[in-house]
Amino acid sequence: MSTHETLEPSAATGDETALHTLPIRDPKRLAHWLSYAVGAVVLVLAFRFVVLNPHWDWPTIGSWLFSRRVVSGLLNTILITVVSTAAGLVLGLVVAALRLSGFAVLRAMAAVYVWIIRATPGLVLILFVYFLAALMPTLSLGLPFADPFFEVPTNQVISQFSAAVIGLSAYLGAYSAEIFRGGVLSVHQGQFEASHSLGLSAWQTYTKVVGPQIIRVITPSLANEVVTMFKNTSLVSVIGYVELLTTVQLVYSQNFKTIPMLTVAVIWYLVLTSLAMLGQSRLEKRFGRGFNRRVVKSAVSADTVGQEERHD
Amino acid sequence: MTEQPLLRLRDVEKRFGDFVALDGVSLTLRAGTVTCLVGPSGSGKSTLLRTVNLLERLDGGAVYLRGEMLGFTRSGDHRRPVPKKVARRQVVNFGMVFQSFNLIPQLTATENVALGPVEVLRVGRSEARHQAHELLTRVGLADRVDHYPAELSGGQQQRVAIARALAMKPSVLLFDEPTSALDAELVAEVLAVIKELAEEGFTMLIVTHELAFARDIADEVVMMEDGRIIESGPPQDILLNPTTERARRFFASVSH
Repeated sequence: MSTHETLEPSAATGDETALHTLPIRDPKRLAHWLSYAVGAVVLVLAFRFVVLNPHWDWPTIGSWLFSRRVVSGLLNTILITVVSTAAGLVLGLVVAALRLSGFAVLRAMAAVYVWIIRATPGLVLILFVYFLAALMPTLSLGLPFADPFFEVPTNQVISQFSAAVIGLSAYLGAYSAEIFRGGVLSVHQGQFEASHSLGLSAWQTYTKVVGPQIIRVITPSLANEVVTMFKNTSLVSVIGYVELLTTVQLVYSQNFKTIPMLTVAVIWYLVLTSLAMLGQSRLEKRFGRGFNRRVVKSAVSADTVGQEERHD
Repeated sequence: MTEQPLLRLRDVEKRFGDFVALDGVSLTLRAGTVTCLVGPSGSGKSTLLRTVNLLERLDGGAVYLRGEMLGFTRSGDHRRPVPKKVARRQVVNFGMVFQSFNLIPQLTATENVALGPVEVLRVGRSEARHQAHELLTRVGLADRVDHYPAELSGGQQQRVAIARALAMKPSVLLFDEPTSALDAELVAEVLAVIKELAEEGFTMLIVTHELAFARDIADEVVMMEDGRIIESGPPQDILLNPTTERARRFFASVSH
């Protein structure tokens, strides 16, 4: 071991004064070099498997990637994702607020909602919404057992698009509600007490004090849900809504180029996921203020470096 | 000439389930005086402070600030809680300093101090920042105004918290064991700031275990046990010549 190498000569000569001047270096270990070798091998194998593999049929992939049909499916995927995510997050905020409210009835209603949605597969949920007319031929607004103020046939409201959006946002609503609730519970009680003592209203407390702390904590989980949403949109193929995955499925049912067409979809999902992750890292940076390490700009920084660091 | 007391507690009761945290506490604070609350843990000192600040709702008795009952209003033959807006106005009369500082981590020292004035007192942003700098200078942190709480030592954080409480121009400062979370060498800097405020004539109610400090700055020392006040009076009487056996034992146990 290296300690022997450096200790013994000086111990032998009795020259301890020279030891403290020697520079300190981490030895490059065998495992270190081995990790490079493993990386290189994996890279070569992957290159051979994906790029040099003629069965992958890159020319076909290239010809379909920006085709009108695929791009139109992609735009539908983006549209459903954006609308369902927005509606789902708003719903999630409301459900989380109900679950944390002081009214037992509202808490129970929100808990039952989360329970049922979590128990129902997304696919089933979308089918239920799409075939809602079978359960409820007309949608009406009014009090139970009284003439409704307003009535409309269910099938006029439920299109493939609206069924997809309602199903997916109901799904995200339940999951994000739990994430929001977890975020609120993660905030130190002292933050609420400090806000109370400053005379801040509940709204001010949430927007100025605890909100940013909650966003910081929940961003990774929420980003997970949004990325899942991109792919969950493919569930709506069961009700015949033509989004990205349905598009490529329709194409390969005709040209039998299954793998290349699925690869086209995967490439676009990769792009969308990268965008979502970019958004995530920007959010994390923005709301990491006061938590992330940073270079202290003031003139007294040398003094601060010596201070004991505290992280609560 | 007898003036109206600034803060008056009458028979304050607080229960947590079956546990009686405050069992009929009566206390009077005159303007400009310093009162130190001492006693063993669980005796109700912190609960008393939190009840005054409306962080806990009392179950009986009342707290009056300049004659105005806090937190409740009369409604025929009973009392009911005041609207939240009124409660917030009442709370702003108190500047609370917590054991664990409770600074807002995503805000710099200046932003922490300026938050209340900007959001609650509706002071202009630049005016509030200016005041925050003055207050931070007053607690010896002129060179730390743009630091985040995580970049400050415990003693510095607590001094920012004191500046934040002062920024609301409170009538009474409440300190809940302000030095209990600090390393020994950081206690002195915080106590020095509190002492300075006492000399400037602030009315203060301080929960503390620092008996030497209490003797030094208190006009009145109040000892609590099991939710009751068992001794109160000038510090030299209470700390040096306690009348009850329980108080004698308590002071003997903490002073060594």
